[in-house]
Amino acid sequence: MHIPDGFLAAPVWGTLDAAAVPAVAVIARRAQRGFDESKVPLLGVMGAFVFAAQMINFPVGVGTTGHLVGGTLLACTLGPGPAAVAMTVIIAIQALVFQDGGILALGPNILNMAVFGVLAGYLPYAIWGAGPRRKTAIFLGGALSVMVSALLALSELLLSGVRMPGPVLGLSLLLFAVSAALEGAITVAVMQALETIQPDFVRQRQPARAGSSLFGIVAIAAILLACVGVLFAATSPDGINRLGIQTGIASRVQTLFTTPFSGYQTTFVQSAWVRKASSGLAGLAIIYAACIGLGRAAAARNRSL
Amino acid sequence: MHHAVVERWSRGESPLHRRDARAKIASLLVILIVLATAHRQFLLLSAALFVCLAIAAMVAHLPVGAMLVRAASILPFSGVFAIVCWLAGDNERALSLLLKSYLSALAVLLVVGTTPLPSLLRGLELLRLPRFPLMVAQFLYRYLAVISGEAREMRRAAAARAPLLTAATRRLRFRAAAGALAVLFARSYRRAGDIHRAMLARSFSGSFHPLETPRFRTADSVFLLFVSCGAVALRISIERFV
Amino acid sequence: MQPLVVTRGLRFRYEDGTLALNGVDFTLQPGETVALFGPNGSGKTTFILHLNGLLMGDGHVEVCGLPVTPHNFATIRNKVGIVFQESDSQLFMPSVLEDVAFGLLNRGMPADKAAECARAALDRVGIASLAPRPPYHLSAGEKKRAAIAGILALDPDLLILDEPTTFLDPPGQRALAQLLGSLPQAKILVTHDIPFAEAMCTRAIFFSAGAIVAEGPVAELVERFDWKFTPRR
Repeated sequence: MHIPDGFLAAPVWGTLDAAAVPAVAVIARRAQRGFDESKVPLLGVMGAFVFAAQMINFPVGVGTTGHLVGGTLLACTLGPGPAAVAMTVIIAIQALVFQDGGILALGPNILNMAVFGVLAGYLPYAIWGAGPRRKTAIFLGGALSVMVSALLALSELLLSGVRMPGPVLGLSLLLFAVSAALEGAITVAVMQALETIQPDFVRQRQPARAGSSLFGIVAIAAILLACVGVLFAATSPDGINRLGIQTGIASRVQTLFTTPFSGYQTTFVQSAWVRKASSGLAGLAIIYAACIGLGRAAAARNRSL
Repeated sequence: MHHAVVERWSRGESPLHRRDARAKIASLLVILIVLATAHRQFLLLSAALFVCLAIAAMVAHLPVGAMLVRAASILPFSGVFAIVCWLAGDNERALSLLLKSYLSALAVLLVVGTTPLPSLLRGLELLRLPRFPLMVAQFLYRYLAVISGEAREMRRAAAARAPLLTAATRRLRFRAAAGALAVLFARSYRRAGDIHRAMLARSFSGSFHPLETPRFRTADSVFLLFVSCGAVALRISIERFV
Repeated sequence: MQPLVVTRGLRFRYEDGTLALNGVDFTLQPGETVALFGPNGSGKTTFILHLNGLLMGDGHVEVCGLPVTPHNFATIRNKVGIVFQESDSQLFMPSVLEDVAFGLLNRGMPADKAAECARAALDRVGIASLAPRPPYHLSAGEKKRAAIAGILALDPDLLILDEPTTFLDPPGQRALAQLLGSLPQAKILVTHDIPFAEAMCTRAIFFSAGAIVAEGPVAELVERFDWKFTPRR
């Protein structure tokens, strides 16, 4: 979901733009391996492929068609770093040339879709890609990438004050779930077709250790929980404190995510600006840490085989 | 490919086309920020900005009507959220979403319609953005039409063979579409290899060297000052004196 | 006179195991124009990629007196220019001028001098007015000329063209033949286009299954291998 300009509050797009620049710079530096620009044509052409791929319609049912979003497909074939750079460029070109998404909103859009979306999409594949549940892993990756991007976008909108009553929120989540499943299905289908054409497009994964399934499930659950947590925190940053007190134990999960920084809010942050910004950033930092930390742990476990 | 229209606009000739990309980028950011952070007297500011942007489009010899229509492509998306806000009772925000998203899109269109994308990217590079993603963007833009053309051919070929869409054939079509994407992927990947080979054959050694470095002229400084100060002054005067 | 290209016993096997070249012995003198015929998949394109080091096989390959090793790539790639079959993959820069100047800039030439040489090369091939244009909008013939200009700008001793007439209409083919005829460099033309080869080349080579099986005048090889559209009765 590409957020246009004029939707997000200044603290939200301001801090996310500021966060996006170093994030993209770091990812770009790693994708290029030093200062070699040889990968430029590959990422450029595959980026163009993702654009062109949107033309190819996948029949879904009831007269609707869907199309590929592409983050997970690129991550599983080119690697997560290059995929993130390619998706960043795609989002930027969509904003500039097609006015699909805003310019000030580029920071949030890039973080949502090109950084977190790609990372979340790659994680299941990194954990299970080599085993017998490879197809499920790819499906999960595709679904997770769309889900995470959408949840983050929704959170940012809510944080900016765009009010969404319960049923509308519920409907949005339902639509996201459908898009997520579709992306998963399309990604699996394309990956399978790719394997028959040429097996070396698809990244080779090291065999996963027995027991890492549980680890993987926990990892993905943690990411989803973090996203949902940010969503709850975003629905009413000021009201969460009240809610936590009023409903007591039942809302402990929500309070778990909000207490660390709601404490800050009341004690030393006076302006709404910083409050909102820090809420948003903290939420994203949780998700980022979860993805990176769990991904690293998974890789370390695989290597120690 | 409907970016061909904007591409054509960007290669026109006008005082606006002649401005350095950096000046246009910086001015755009000022306008977008002025717009995004506006709260009070918003309708008047929107109207004023709309008039300014329309005048700028005329100065740039761009088809104003077509531009206004193209910028409106954002409205269906904003409209949904606007309706949600309106139904929730937040009329002010509903209007704000529609106006801000539309005017922002118009401002971006003005810049992109007067600056060929490669020049825009070069401007961003000179503004110190990391070069690697900018070069990727350059290549993406170069091959966008080529690969889209291949995709279009595949779609046409598939349509010519397509069976009547029923529940039974839906699965078949899904698989066929996936197959088509895989073929397009493979072709694109192979093309990337061909490009890299052609680059090596002409002594590419790991970094691109730009051919032209545009000079930032007085006219560009004047333009930047005029637009930035103008936008800020407009907002301040509307908020303070109306 | 020192031959421009010498290969002896050139062998090359692809990663998947297919033997693409099975002992190729080839010599090219300066200023010669040679046609390379042969069935698809016989190794013609694989062979020419060895002449500037894009592929490296076993055996002896020497260009302009230098063995084709990584150490000599930079020098050799200045002397040998390949024009690939698909122009779109060769014209990868945003404008024709930038593309033609690409090789010069890589050589370390300062930007303004590179622009000047690039314009001269474009003038040489007759499309000086197309300098600022993006390559996508050019016709097939114009793209081919732009690709050739990009190579000519480097002042090579050898031009290799892989199926240059493939996307050209007959007037385009004629114009290309005229242009190439006016260039003094040695040329290797991989082609299926017999009239084109007859117009341009004095010598022809026939490839089959990764090796050269015959050499001689174009007409003789065409007759011998029945390498034309009208079948012999």
